[in-house]
Amino acid sequence: MASSEFRQARYKEKLIFELAQQSEVLPLPDDIKNSLPSSLISATAPKIPQIPEAQLVRHYTRLSQMNYCVDTGFYPLGSCTMKYTPKFLEEFASSEKFASLHPYQSEDSAQSALRILYELQNLLCKISGMQATTLQPAAGAHGELTGLLMVKAYHKFNNEDRTEVIIPDTAHGTNPASARMAGLEIINLNSKNGLIDLEALEKAVSEKSACLMLTNPNTLGIFEKDVVEIAKILHDKGALLYYDGANFNAIFGKTTPGKMGCDLVHFNLHKTFGAPHGGGGPGAGPVSVTKELARFLPTPVVEYNKNSKKYYLDYSIPHSIGKVKMFYGNFQVLLKAYLYIRLLGSNGLREVTDYAVLNSNYLLKKLKYILELPFEKVPRLHEFVLSAKNLKSKNIRALDLAKALLDYGLHAPTIYFPSVVEEALMIEATETEHKSELDKFVEALSEIVKIAVPNYIPKNTSVGRVDEVKAARNAIISWKDCRNL
Amino acid sequence: MTCYIPNINLKREMLEELGIKDIEELFASIPTDIRISELAIPEGVSELELKKELENITESTKKRLVFIGAGCYDHYVPSAVKAVAQRAEFYSSYTPYQPELSQGILQALFEYQSIITELTGMDVANASMYDCSTAVAEAMRMAKRITNKSEIIVPKALHWEKKAVVKNYTDNIGMHIKELPYSLQTGETFIEELSNLITENTAAIYLENPNFFGVLESKITEVKSIIGDRIFIVGVNPLTLGLLKVPGEYCADIVVGEGQILGNSMYYGGASLGILACRKEYVRQLPGRVVGMTNDSDGRRAFCVTLQTREQHIRREHATSNICTNETLYALNALVYIALLGSNGLRDLGIKIIRSAKELVSKLNKITGIEAPLFKGYYFNEFTVKINNASEVRDSLIEKGIEFGIVLEKAFPELKDTLLCAITETHTPEDIERLVAALESVC
Repeated sequence: MASSEFRQARYKEKLIFELAQQSEVLPLPDDIKNSLPSSLISATAPKIPQIPEAQLVRHYTRLSQMNYCVDTGFYPLGSCTMKYTPKFLEEFASSEKFASLHPYQSEDSAQSALRILYELQNLLCKISGMQATTLQPAAGAHGELTGLLMVKAYHKFNNEDRTEVIIPDTAHGTNPASARMAGLEIINLNSKNGLIDLEALEKAVSEKSACLMLTNPNTLGIFEKDVVEIAKILHDKGALLYYDGANFNAIFGKTTPGKMGCDLVHFNLHKTFGAPHGGGGPGAGPVSVTKELARFLPTPVVEYNKNSKKYYLDYSIPHSIGKVKMFYGNFQVLLKAYLYIRLLGSNGLREVTDYAVLNSNYLLKKLKYILELPFEKVPRLHEFVLSAKNLKSKNIRALDLAKALLDYGLHAPTIYFPSVVEEALMIEATETEHKSELDKFVEALSEIVKIAVPNYIPKNTSVGRVDEVKAARNAIISWKDCRNL
Repeated sequence: MTCYIPNINLKREMLEELGIKDIEELFASIPTDIRISELAIPEGVSELELKKELENITESTKKRLVFIGAGCYDHYVPSAVKAVAQRAEFYSSYTPYQPELSQGILQALFEYQSIITELTGMDVANASMYDCSTAVAEAMRMAKRITNKSEIIVPKALHWEKKAVVKNYTDNIGMHIKELPYSLQTGETFIEELSNLITENTAAIYLENPNFFGVLESKITEVKSIIGDRIFIVGVNPLTLGLLKVPGEYCADIVVGEGQILGNSMYYGGASLGILACRKEYVRQLPGRVVGMTNDSDGRRAFCVTLQTREQHIRREHATSNICTNETLYALNALVYIALLGSNGLRDLGIKIIRSAKELVSKLNKITGIEAPLFKGYYFNEFTVKINNASEVRDSLIEKGIEFGIVLEKAFPELKDTLLCAITETHTPEDIERLVAALESVC
C-alpha cells in the first residue's frame, strides 16, 4: 500500500461571489410599494449573486469532489460511528408524500407519518429498555439538554434542590456544555484504570447530585462492568443515572441501558441508526425514559387510539418540560432511522454490534504493536484509543499521523480525545467495513509510523496542510471580510 | 437483513486472527446479570417487503391543499437544489474535522455564512442552528453574556412553541421574559411602549418582522433609538429580504430566522434550519460552528472550522453553547436555493407571493361572514382571517381536502374565531378558486 495511489480532486474553485457579476436590481413596482410600509422599503437590495443552474451545479459538483465521505472510503472517527448507510433510506425518505406534509395539517391526513413516529417511539423504548420516548431533540447534544431538563423537573417535582451533574473524564465531550446549558454545576470524576472509580464516585455523590452522565462503553471503548453498582450508589442518594447513547453500536442485543439501571437515555440516530451525518447534520437525538420520568417528556408524544384506530399527537403530559424545538423533531432523519431498524430487525442489529466489535478488535490486535494501547488488559468493544506519545521524542504528534493518513485516502481517527490518553487516536471501525479496508488501514498506519515527519504536510488532498492558527487569528468568516482585505 | 455487514463471510478467518472461537468472547466484560438474549423488536425485513408495506400505508395519504404557515411553509424546491444535496460526498460526510480532505463542504459553509450576512446586513453568521426557535433562544443567551443582564422583552404576538423553547433555554440561567403587547387594530407590536418596559436590567429586545400574525412591523426601524445599547434581536422571514430593508439597516445586533423556507421541503416540520447572524463585535459569543478562510502550506486559499475556542469540544462547560451536530445539509440547500434566485429572483419571488396573498385576501373578504385580514397592518405571505365559527369552518374544509389556517384562540384568547393563514408561490389560481368555492359553500 502506498500513499501515491490516492489523489483527491484539486480545483481552484472560485466562491459564488467571484463567479457572478452583480446585476442591477430593478426598482419595486408601484403596487408592491403601496403594499409595504414606506419605512421598510429599502433603497438598496442585498448583494446576492445569481448563478445560472448549469454553472451552479458544476460549482457544487466540483466542491463535492473535494469532500471525503463514507461512500468514498474508511472513516474511523472514534465516537462518531461513521457507518455506511443503506441507499434505500435516502431514496425512501425523499418521497414527496412525506416532503409535502405540514406539521399543522389535520392528524387524519398525516396518519402515515404519525404511525411511523409512534412505532419509532416504541422501537426505541424496546432497544433502550425504557418506557417512553420523545423524538423532538434535533441532535445528540440537544437530547442531552432535553434529558437534563427532565432530570431537573423530576427533582423539582420531588421538592428536592439538586444542582450538580457528575461527569466522568471518559464521558462524551458535549456532556459538560449540556449540563451548563441546563443551568447545572459540573462535578468532574476521574477514572481509574480506564473505568469509573467507585470510591471516588461515593465521595462525589451527595444530596446535591442530580445525576451522573454515563457513556457505556465509555470513550475508551471499555464497558463499565460495575454499572449496576454505579446505578445503586446514585439511586441510594436519590440521584439519577443518565445514559449517553452515542455508543449504542456496542450493545445492540447484548444489554440495554434499562438493564444497567439507567433512568434515561438519548440516542444519536444520525450515528447509530442509518441516517447519514450530512456533513455536520441534521441529526436526531430522541430521549427514552423510565415510567417515573415519562410525565416530564416534552410535548407532544404520538399515541394510538384503539377505538378510533387513529394515531394522534398527545399534548396532555401532566408535568411536561414544554418544548425544546418547534414541531415534532427532525422528521426526515427519524424516518431514516425507522427504516433502518425495520430493515435490520433484532437479529440484524445484534449482528451490527457483533461485527462492529469484531472489526474493532481485529484492528486493535494489529495496531497495538504499532502504537501504544493504554490499559492493555481491559477488553474493548466497538472502539479503542491508542497513544502516540512514544513518537513525541521524534517530534511527531498524533496530528501528524492523522494528516499522513489522509494521503492514503483514509480519514483520520478522532485525535486528542479523550483527554485521559496523551496524544490520543480514537479509532472506531463500525460493522460496515470490509476486512480488506481494515487491513489497508493497518498497513498505512504501520508505514506512516516509520516514515512520518514532524508537521507532516499532506500532498494528495485538495489542499496542503491548512493553517488553522491563521484562520483563528485573522477570522475571515464571510465574503464581506474578503472584500475588506 | 445482513447484506450491509460485509465481514459475515470472513468471521472464521477474523476470529482465528484474534485467537478466539466465538464473537461472544469479545463481550465478556458485560456482566451476565445484565445481558439480554435478544432485542424485543421484530425480525428484519427486505427492502422490497418494507417498501411494499409502507406504500400500502401511505397510499391513502392524499395530497392536501394547505394554506397554513406558522413557522413552516411549502415553497417550491428546485430540482437543482435536490441534486446537489443528494450528492453522497456531502450527505455522507462528517463534520469537517480534517480540513485538507473536506474543502468542499467547508467552502460551501463559508458561502452559506456569506450569503446570510448579505441577506441580514450582519457581519458574521454561524454554520447553522437546529431551527429558528433554538436560534432565538441562543441569541438571548448571547445577549445575557454580552450585557450581563437578564431581562428579555419579546412580542406578545409570538408563536407559543417558540415561547416554550425560549423558556427552556433561558429559565435555567435566571433570565426572565417580559411581553410587549400588540394592537388589536393593526396587529403591530406597540413599539412605542418599549420605553415603559425597558429597565436597567434589560439585556435584549426580540422582535419579528413579519410578526407571528404575519403583520409587518412598520415601526421596527425606530427600536434601536429607543433601546440604546441593549441588544436588538430581529427574527426575519428571509424571503422578505429582497423587498424590505435588511435588519442591519435598522441597527439590529443579532438576526435569526427559519431557513426551512429556503430550499427545504416541509417534512412534517422536520426539515428545519436555524439562521443566526450578528455584528462582528459579538462573534466571540456566537454559538455553533463557524468556517473561516485561510491558506494551506503552499499559500493556496483554504477553509477550516475556526474560532473553536467558543465550542464545547474545547471549552467544555465554558463553551458558548453545547451545539455540536447542526443542520449543515439544510444550510447547503439554502445556499444553493438563494444562489439560484440571486437578488432579482428573491425580489421577484417576494413580489409574486405578495400579489397572491393580496388576491386571496380580496377574494376572502367578499365572502359573507369573513373579514380578511382581521388586522389592518401590512402583510407578506401570512394573515389573520376572522370567520364566524372558525373552528367548524376549518373542520368542514378539512373534509373537502383543504387545510385552511390554524386556530389562534387557544394561545390568544382575545382572538376569537380567528385563523392564521398563509399562501406561497406554489398555490395556483385554481387552488385559490377551490378554497373560495369551499368557503362559500360552508360559510
